[in-house]
Amino acid sequence: MRGFKDNAASEKVNFWFDPKKRAILFQLLTFGIVGLLAYYLISNTLINLEKQKIATGFSFLQKESSFEIGESLVPYSAASSYGRALLVGALNTIKVAFIGIVITIILGTIIGVARLSTNWLLSKMAAIYIEVMQDIPILLQLFFWYAIFYETMPSPEQALNPGAGIYLSNRGVAFTILQAHPAHKYMLLAFVVGCVIVYLIRRWARKRQEKTGQIFPTFRVGIAIVFGLPFITWLAFGTPLKMDPPKFVGFNFQGGLMVSPEFIALLMGLILYTAAFVAEVVRAGIQSVSKGQKEAAMSIGLRPTLVLNLVILPQALRVIIPPLTSQMLNLTKNSSLAVAIGYPDFVSVANTTINQTGQSIEGVALIMAVYLFFSLSTSVFMNWYNKRVALVER
Amino acid sequence: MEQAVQIEVVRPPITSVGPIGWVKNNLFNGVFNSILTLVTLFFLWKVLPPFIRWAFIDSAWHTTGQACRKAAGACWSIISMNYRFILFGFYPYDLQWRPSLAMMILFGLLFYSRDRNHWKKPLAYAWIIGLFTMGLLMKGGIFGLTSVESTQWGGLPLTLLLAVFGLTAAYPLGVILALGRRSKMPGVKVLCILYIELIRGVPLISLLFMSAIIFPLFLPEGVTFNKILRAQVAIILFTAAYIAEVVRGGLQAMSRGQYEAAESLGLNYILTMRLIILPQALKIVIPPTVSILISAFKDTSLVVIIALFDLLKTTQSVLSNPEWMGFSREAYVFVAILYFLGCFSMSNYSRRLERELSRGD
Repeated sequence: MRGFKDNAASEKVNFWFDPKKRAILFQLLTFGIVGLLAYYLISNTLINLEKQKIATGFSFLQKESSFEIGESLVPYSAASSYGRALLVGALNTIKVAFIGIVITIILGTIIGVARLSTNWLLSKMAAIYIEVMQDIPILLQLFFWYAIFYETMPSPEQALNPGAGIYLSNRGVAFTILQAHPAHKYMLLAFVVGCVIVYLIRRWARKRQEKTGQIFPTFRVGIAIVFGLPFITWLAFGTPLKMDPPKFVGFNFQGGLMVSPEFIALLMGLILYTAAFVAEVVRAGIQSVSKGQKEAAMSIGLRPTLVLNLVILPQALRVIIPPLTSQMLNLTKNSSLAVAIGYPDFVSVANTTINQTGQSIEGVALIMAVYLFFSLSTSVFMNWYNKRVALVER
Repeated sequence: MEQAVQIEVVRPPITSVGPIGWVKNNLFNGVFNSILTLVTLFFLWKVLPPFIRWAFIDSAWHTTGQACRKAAGACWSIISMNYRFILFGFYPYDLQWRPSLAMMILFGLLFYSRDRNHWKKPLAYAWIIGLFTMGLLMKGGIFGLTSVESTQWGGLPLTLLLAVFGLTAAYPLGVILALGRRSKMPGVKVLCILYIELIRGVPLISLLFMSAIIFPLFLPEGVTFNKILRAQVAIILFTAAYIAEVVRGGLQAMSRGQYEAAESLGLNYILTMRLIILPQALKIVIPPTVSILISAFKDTSLVVIIALFDLLKTTQSVLSNPEWMGFSREAYVFVAILYFLGCFSMSNYSRRLERELSRGD
């Protein structure tokens, strides 16, 4: 044995037979190739940019944008800077993605549960919905909804009025909303305070239950606080109830809340498409909890709501959350297709910016950076949440 | 002693077997379900008959656009009068047999590849020859075929081309990336992780923009690629990242014993991967790979945004013709049916394959 070792040590091993040295060599080679490729592309790009006299750098962000944006959550005009325009685009993306995600989860859950229903008709309808929606490209669906809105809706003069205060036309949907009042700010504040109080109560109630076994009706009290506090605030301000109905002035509606057809088509397309995928995720999650779990929970005397809350949901959510996260990210990424139907999301604004300034590299880099930021922040949050619900093994 | 015992066969009541029993068990078990059934039926009754009336009874099938506007129902004439343009785009009219033949070859190959018993070496050669023939048929230029510039390619052949060539090229790249991500060499691993996560974090459209606007800047002056090839590269780079993740799943499912057994036989890394690990890992991930194929097929529609004339774009250009303006519903429904047929057959096939593979044969 000794002799063998000595032999191996004394014999000079060719360095390409030594795994460690070979690995270093291989990595150096890889980096070399990647580096050379990058150098080649970058030097070409720099030469081309100089020849075409395209400016580089992000100084264009401070320049005046001189284009209008149809809808915006923050004040914006053509005199604002490109940076401001891109912020408007990013906010519009967040708006459509956030509303889309909330509604998609609700709709997807309903369809997923319907798919598992014992009712044959309902289950088959859900199955057809899921199959059809999954198999048609989202872009085609967006075009379809946009075209339907444009072709079937009347002009604003002959707007449809399906319910009190709602007007449908090819310029969008106009809703009646409450007129702005200082009370709203305080009601929102009261709502937030209510949420914090409920969170504290829940912690206290859980601790007390662990100590004494007494159950505190957290849910009912919580609902009362969360909705009661803003209501009391509203009463304290003298119940402001003045409405702001949309009025037809000139060529379009003014006042109220106007939702553009682009936004509606985009939201509808995203929701209907993603809900089909979410439904499949939810179905798989529910099916993953074995029947025995439910029966065991019932046999130890838990009430049906507790069976759902303590036994079924925690196990189903563990299966549901990772694929659900990726569907939510897909929805956010698909919202970039807004550029095809003219909703001013981030990609669409960045595209206009690229066309006006010619600074395509910076523009595309910004698009990628913003979506990477969305993706990474969502997955960080979801990983944190996933860790909380994940199975803790002893 | 033996006594014939008359056994009276008690049949279940008529209400629990047969069609009545089925309806009772599946549609009207319980109050809630009965209400659901009635609501669904009411909904169907409200939606289906008007739809059938619109689509089949009041519809115009082969008329001019003017005649269509008088019809109360759907105007399928937009399809029947323009189907050549929708399907083939600006491809020269007399030469459209060539893309048709190319598509026939593709469908034939796909159909033949359905059976797993045919998955042998000759099939791989058949695919290589087939893909080459398809390219030749589209492009022409030799064997007495008139050359057709790729700027004139469009419609369904372009959609299929982007999807099939995209996946064929993305697959090996994806496998390499997956192996790189599982590699023990930190440098290679970091590069692969960066690439995969970067691509998966951004929408395809940003890559397409990149291919359309930035890619020409990357190349020295005078060297240009055509738009289709650039979009194809973007699709390949995008799909490869997703394939890499799917393949990584398969690699992770391999037990350590497989690697150790290969090592103990004295196989090096390349042989271990080629002979032991990859054949097993890739087999496990066939069903998710088919789903990637489906999304790649759907995603090719995004090239509309960079103005390539794929199936969706040719349809839109028909719709921008004043004669056919306003018939978007019919046109889009037609395109949707084409996409649905493609994706549905693939997903159906993937489910069948999953069943076969889980049976272990």
